[in-house]
Amino acid sequence: MNRERRIPRKELPPEERVKNFDEVAIGYMKEEAIEEAKRCLQCREPRCMKGCPVGINIPKFIRAVKEEDFVRAIKIIKENNFLPSVTGRVCPQENQCEGSCLLGKKFEPVAIGALERFVADWARDNNIIEKPEVKVSNGKKVAIVGSGPSGLTCGAYLANLGYSVKIFETLHKAGGVLAYGIPSFRLPDSVVEAEVEYVKSLGVEIEIDVLIGRIFDLKELFQNGYGAIFLGTGAGLPRFPDVPGENLNGIYSANEFLFRVNLMKAHLFPEYDTPIKIGRKVVVIGAGNVTMDSARVARRLGRDVTVVYRRTEVEMPARKEEVEHGKQEGLEFRFLVSPVAFYGDEQGNVKIMRCIKMKLGEPDASGRRRPEPVEGSEFDMNVDTVIIAIGQSPNRLIPMSTRDLQITRRGTIVVDEHEKTSIEGVFAGGDATTGQATVIAAMGSGKRAAESIHRYLSSK
Amino acid sequence: MHEIFKKRSLAPGYTFFVIKSPRIAKKIEPGQFVIVRVHEKGERIPMTISDFDREKGTLNMVVSQVGKTSRLLASLEPGERILNMLGPLGIPSDIESFGNVVTICRQGTAGALYSIIKALKKAGNRVTCIMGAKSRDYLVLENEIGAVVDELIIATDDGSRGVKGYAVSALREYLKKNQVDYILTIGSSKMMKTVGKIGKKYGIKTKASLGAIMLDGTGMCGACRVTVKGNTRFACMDGPEFDADEVNFNELIRRQSFFKEEERLAMELFEEGI
Ligand SMILES: Cc1cc2nc3c(=O)[nH]c(=O)nc-3n(C[C@H](O)[C@H](O)[C@H](O)COP(=O)(O)OP(=O)(O)OC[C@H]3O[C@@H](n4cnc5c(N)ncnc54)[C@H](O)[C@@H]3O)c2cc1C
Ligand code: FES
Repeated sequence: MNRERRIPRKELPPEERVKNFDEVAIGYMKEEAIEEAKRCLQCREPRCMKGCPVGINIPKFIRAVKEEDFVRAIKIIKENNFLPSVTGRVCPQENQCEGSCLLGKKFEPVAIGALERFVADWARDNNIIEKPEVKVSNGKKVAIVGSGPSGLTCGAYLANLGYSVKIFETLHKAGGVLAYGIPSFRLPDSVVEAEVEYVKSLGVEIEIDVLIGRIFDLKELFQNGYGAIFLGTGAGLPRFPDVPGENLNGIYSANEFLFRVNLMKAHLFPEYDTPIKIGRKVVVIGAGNVTMDSARVARRLGRDVTVVYRRTEVEMPARKEEVEHGKQEGLEFRFLVSPVAFYGDEQGNVKIMRCIKMKLGEPDASGRRRPEPVEGSEFDMNVDTVIIAIGQSPNRLIPMSTRDLQITRRGTIVVDEHEKTSIEGVFAGGDATTGQATVIAAMGSGKRAAESIHRYLSSK
Repeated sequence: MHEIFKKRSLAPGYTFFVIKSPRIAKKIEPGQFVIVRVHEKGERIPMTISDFDREKGTLNMVVSQVGKTSRLLASLEPGERILNMLGPLGIPSDIESFGNVVTICRQGTAGALYSIIKALKKAGNRVTCIMGAKSRDYLVLENEIGAVVDELIIATDDGSRGVKGYAVSALREYLKKNQVDYILTIGSSKMMKTVGKIGKKYGIKTKASLGAIMLDGTGMCGACRVTVKGNTRFACMDGPEFDADEVNFNELIRRQSFFKEEERLAMELFEEGI
């Protein structure tokens, strides 16, 4: 056993993966997982667990892996995490469990994410569906709005506690960002579908094509016998830079671009009916996970792709791994540059992006140095397609249709530490309350909200 | 849900449906729309509702067969279901007591006007409808609309019914002789642009219901964005109706044609049975 270095995770070679949407990171084989599990120090006071927003008993499940008892391992994980094959793939482990791993102080931390993914995939491949013991039905109904990770988690917990749970989802497919946002080369559709099926198997009902705020407002949900409501509506509204020419043809929001490809399979047009059109020179504006996902999708559609960011690589909020993957796949980067206007041809297709150079000034509220334009440094870039990935705001339909629901100036729903909103019986979590964050944070808040709803309905 | 209850052909390329969809029927208001998807590999397209019956739980819809998806939709038979239908979407049409109202449409877009006209009438307006069509064979809901409006003016390109010429010319003529308080137009962007200009010239409040490209219909993608008074707005959430003279129609027309080649290809393959 090598304490210093982790068992490397295999990846598809970049030349190959830019040609398809197959998963980039290849999971551990059984032997690799067991070897990696042996590296765990089994700390008596595990720091990794503190780094996990849902508090998985990490040393315990790793020990089960080491002992080749994967059934026990999945049981332990599922006590606190209903979607491990998702989080094993998309969690920023480097800032969470692995970032807190004691071994990591001197050597490479234990590959907790890869082990989690291994266990979850193993269970799925072997059809081992570990279900927690479901309490008998208590006859109480809870409505959940949104089928993203926060809603799925909240629903799963409540179902286990004996509640009858219904999730309402406006799109034609459940999963939230997992279904429409994160591309399949990071999170295959089959994984998301299996996790959604699992949540359904716990007794959670999911109804698609229902826009809450239109078909029912919150008052009507209460009238229909739901004792409590959880809002997991996410942060799905794309922001635009508010510069001239931003509505030219060929300028997409990242959401539109990803929605077309991931959810509607536009890259398979005309087999699928939804089209997508991208030109030879693609520019993606932004620096987060969404930016990297859009850029890597565009690259797979066979185009020259440049990521344009107004700060530098150090400030990029995207996961390091994603930036690395993107570089291997041939993405170009232009730092300290920001768009000021777009110009098009006669048909209104974008052709030129006028940019201004930036320099970094004093740190702002986020602690990152504030980008400032360098006067007179405008220059033009030739572009055929622009994807704007500069952030998303919370969905606003429910706040709009619900008087008394307190929201912040940024549009996020105000909640206390128990995920309670300003309206009795209404709880909220995930990106709708925090602005765009992470899958695991959304799950953590879904879990907290479930506990809070349970307390609320038990006391009624 | 979303089962086709009745179906009939209105004109070449225009099909009328009554759909059982009680929940949407209960909530929808004139001017709102739905998003439909008709098969597992299908796209999501917006469809305006032409009328609804809250008691019977039904929606009426006029399908203009302009592309593959609308052709597939129109091919559904009573008893079959629309795979996905989401709604009601968009902001309802302004229904006030304006006074003298003129509504103006062409062929299939009459469908989108129908329930709005009924509501405007109920609100005490005097309503005129100017209906344009290629020829009398292409008139849609002529009798139905004729039965509710105070005045129906028909303009056909070939003069086979009503006056000869475009609906906008008929509008110009009408405004010369009548005092009008409100104009509502649903039609091609080109026509609505002209109507907006005419309305502005006479200082009449004029609204246009925009047919932007849509995907989710709930504000999540921005495919439907339009420039109104210099600001970016989302037709699905902020619209579909906007003040006609404030809409950048040239941009809208370009955006609507962005996927023209793809739409044509899909249609060709569909017609060849591929
Ligand atoms: C492209 C992309 C890549 C990302 N990559 C990562 C990553 O690698 N790692 C990571 O941890 N996080 C990542 N994130 C962030 C993560 O996906 C989100 O933080 C997480 O999904 C939030 O979960 P949620 O449950 O709050 O909302 P969402 O996943 O946004 O789900 C909300 C759901 O609610 C539905 N909804 C909204 N309003 C209504 C309504 N009125 N009625 C009915 N339904 C409604 C929406 O349609 C949606 O399905 C990424 C996000 C994006 C967009
Ligand atoms: S259709 Fe997606 S935002 Fe309007």
